[in-house]
Amino acid sequence: MTQAAAPPIAAPAHARALLEVRGVTLQYKTRQHLVTATYRVDLDVHRADRFVILGPSGCGKSTLLKAVGGYMTPVEGNICLNGAPIQKPGPDRVMVFQEFDQLLPWKTVKQNVMFALTASGRLATREAESRARHYIDKVNLTKFADSYPHTLSGGMKQRVALARGMAMEPQVLLMDEPFAALDALTRRKMQEELLRLWEDTRFTVLFVTHSIPEAVLIGNRILLMSPHPGQVKAELNSDGTDVLGNDGKRMSERIHDMLFADQVEEEDHG
Amino acid sequence: MAESVQSVQSAHQGLTRRAEFVREVESSAFGVVQKPLTLAEQVWNHGAVRKGLLLVLMVCAWEAYATISNNPLLFPKFSATIAAFYEGVVSGVLLTRGWASIKVLVQGYALGLALAALLTAFAITTRLGNDLLETLTAMFNPLPAIALLPLALLWFGLGSASLIFVLVHSVLWAVALNTHSGFLSVSPTLRMVGRNYGLSGPCYVIKILIPAAFPPILTGMKIGWAFAWRTLIAAELVFGVSSGSGGLGWFIYENRNQLDIPNVFAGLFSVIIIGLVVENLIFRQIEKITVRRWGMQS
Repeated sequence: MTQAAAPPIAAPAHARALLEVRGVTLQYKTRQHLVTATYRVDLDVHRADRFVILGPSGCGKSTLLKAVGGYMTPVEGNICLNGAPIQKPGPDRVMVFQEFDQLLPWKTVKQNVMFALTASGRLATREAESRARHYIDKVNLTKFADSYPHTLSGGMKQRVALARGMAMEPQVLLMDEPFAALDALTRRKMQEELLRLWEDTRFTVLFVTHSIPEAVLIGNRILLMSPHPGQVKAELNSDGTDVLGNDGKRMSERIHDMLFADQVEEEDHG
Repeated sequence: MAESVQSVQSAHQGLTRRAEFVREVESSAFGVVQKPLTLAEQVWNHGAVRKGLLLVLMVCAWEAYATISNNPLLFPKFSATIAAFYEGVVSGVLLTRGWASIKVLVQGYALGLALAALLTAFAITTRLGNDLLETLTAMFNPLPAIALLPLALLWFGLGSASLIFVLVHSVLWAVALNTHSGFLSVSPTLRMVGRNYGLSGPCYVIKILIPAAFPPILTGMKIGWAFAWRTLIAAELVFGVSSGSGGLGWFIYENRNQLDIPNVFAGLFSVIIIGLVVENLIFRQIEKITVRRWGMQS
């Protein structure tokens, strides 16, 4: 079924977005229930966007990211990358997960990055090695290239996952709350590092988070979702500095109010 | 946000203000940060040293008891056992007997592993296969393999075919059960990572699932080996010899019949040594270069 809903904020008509999500409804089954995770979500991610999906837990943002990753099929609507519908997981959309166990424990840091490249058929072993080195250098893990993941700290593991994701040079890098399990100081450092890396190569990233400051810092475009089921509430531009708006409120406050308003409504209903 | 900052400030208003300070941290003025333990402590910290000492004590006790009781027919001296063992090794009897046991064992073990692989492959690809595996392991896991020996003798006759049959039975269920639960416990994140690279089918199983499930698979193989070794010796004690070359179990039984008790002990000794070598050298080595190096030890 194709859903011809207009996006909330129209993209320029001449440039087709890299990733188009149109009227996507996602459902999954638990043992007892059929859960609707998102309801008719639209979004456009353009090339070199740092597109952040922000919402409270239960708004289906991770499920939406999984659908973009190809791990789920929408029951309604469609998701297109470069105009082609997404059918299954593939190396053109690399996921960086929140969990530290996303690295293959039986491979060293370098082998982890290389394996991604060779297993997906992107590069032969030789080229894979030099590219792996390049990206491991970029995330400052040169010294740990031959270490096994279990010897690394959480922040380092996430940096390896990031290096692996970037080394694949995907159309879009999907990041599912990648820094949520880190301590506050490390998280801060990782956010800055991500921005620095983005400055370097200008990759496209679709970033899911439930942290307002993180969204404001990381994103150039922030999609706000309301929960149960996840629906698009707003799409905002950000320049990373938490700007003061015309209404005298900082961006993070505006976002906070919007999300908070939801919760009050919910409590009223309950 | 801003409100919370204000509230924090107001909460601070009732407090006395103290001066702030910043210090240079000293880095070299400590006495001892770490120093090596004494030699005696280091030696005693080796498990092998402590266990070796215990062994020596036990041998002394054995020798003393055998000397006092002075009944070589029931309880030979340690020195007599060692002499018999040495003789058995030099004359080659123990070696050929051991080799005969190991040959049968390896055949049974390999066949058991292959069948376990097939069964698990069936179990992870279909729901019915899963049910089949669960039912079969639930049924046969509590059944000691040796209990099937009478039936095996009836079906396959006296010979290594019967032995291999009970060996397969002893290996198959333990390995299949562990491998299957290992596959099931592979984290969803790792599965998604594998599929993200576009892996599917046998490639996905070999490159992602098997290594990720390797710790439980190895545990299954160790348990399977232990079952198989014990089952084999027991089975050889029951009927032992075929075509003139029995294994270690038969060697023990035969020597007991001839009342050559030091040789019985030497046979038991060989069983222990082979068991130890496989468990502590081969499997330990495999663990060292795989699961321990990967930090995946379960």
